[in-house]
Amino acid sequence: MTRSVNQAVSHSAKRLLVLIPAFNEEKAVAGVVGEVRSSVPGTPILVVDDCSADGTRGEAKAAGAQVLALPHHLGLGGCVQAGYRLAYELGFDYVIRVDGDGQHDPRDIPTILNALQQGDCEMVIGSRFVDENGTHTSWLRAAGIVFFRAMLRPILGRPVHDPTSGFVGVSRTALELFSATFPLEYPEIEALVVLQRKRFRFVEVPCRFRPRRTGRSTITAVKSLYYMIHVLLGVFVNVLKFEGRRK
Amino acid sequence: MDRLFDVVAVFSLVLIVWVLSSVRRAHIRVEYSVSWLLAGAALLLLSRWRTLDDWIAASLGISDGFIALAMMAGAAFFIVLYRLSLRISGLKDSSITLAQQVAILEFRLEALNEKVQTPAER
Repeated sequence: MTRSVNQAVSHSAKRLLVLIPAFNEEKAVAGVVGEVRSSVPGTPILVVDDCSADGTRGEAKAAGAQVLALPHHLGLGGCVQAGYRLAYELGFDYVIRVDGDGQHDPRDIPTILNALQQGDCEMVIGSRFVDENGTHTSWLRAAGIVFFRAMLRPILGRPVHDPTSGFVGVSRTALELFSATFPLEYPEIEALVVLQRKRFRFVEVPCRFRPRRTGRSTITAVKSLYYMIHVLLGVFVNVLKFEGRRK
Repeated sequence: MDRLFDVVAVFSLVLIVWVLSSVRRAHIRVEYSVSWLLAGAALLLLSRWRTLDDWIAASLGISDGFIALAMMAGAAFFIVLYRLSLRISGLKDSSITLAQQVAILEFRLEALNEKVQTPAER
């Protein structure tokens, strides 16, 4: 039986929370929750329902997750930050985010957790490309990733293979930061710059990605131009606030 | 050219009446109407006070007083829109924070209720 989020706070020494942001994912979310339960038994699972119009909330609850239900649609960043805020308030030490559409393979959660527990970083990115495993990426997204890799390298001072990956784990230190400051739309890339501003470190570990089980990506061809401009502007604004790198 | 100034004057009056009417019907809060009313009043003043237009035009090195008026109008609306953008951004941030806090409070309240209803499982 999955331990409840509140029970986990009082019982576990080093507490991990699996966070699943979901918006209209009623067909996929139960499967994701089930896979997470199989991969990390006993770990509390929190689905953050971004005011879905379908049965996402009920499906997640029926599958054994606890649900943080947002009263109105906030978008991915606001949704994830709500989960981070709750996790921070409840005293969790690690939070691993798994998308509710089934693209991330929960069997890789222990890999991400191990990397976090090494203590050498504040954030771990599950990457499609560290082991050249990016087979389930559209050409549009792949082109965007190449572009953002090149753009981020001088800003971060090191290469990042998969800057758009949402399969990430954060330590309590990063959790504290993201509870207060987190990009609200298309957060993955900007979050890296926010981390760098605070001189936090990240590592990438190879992870398996799969095609979406249901629905369509929020980043369609039509939205991709807006996405590029938005992310570029967000990175630019964050660079202006840049406070230096970790020595 | 005089007709253009008259058009601006009429436009300014329509704007002022429209905003006041919206305030009266509570469609716009008073604090958000002030910028529009000031912009409308400034435009009305400039459209009627040709000497001031000519002086501004001469100061800016512009030959035509109406172009100076158009520039002032553009600047006034730019400032109003910028102020509103700032306000909207602030309100959006507040709205997101509030939504997150409401969700978190409901979550914790639900957990507390469950504890109260099933004390044996504590």
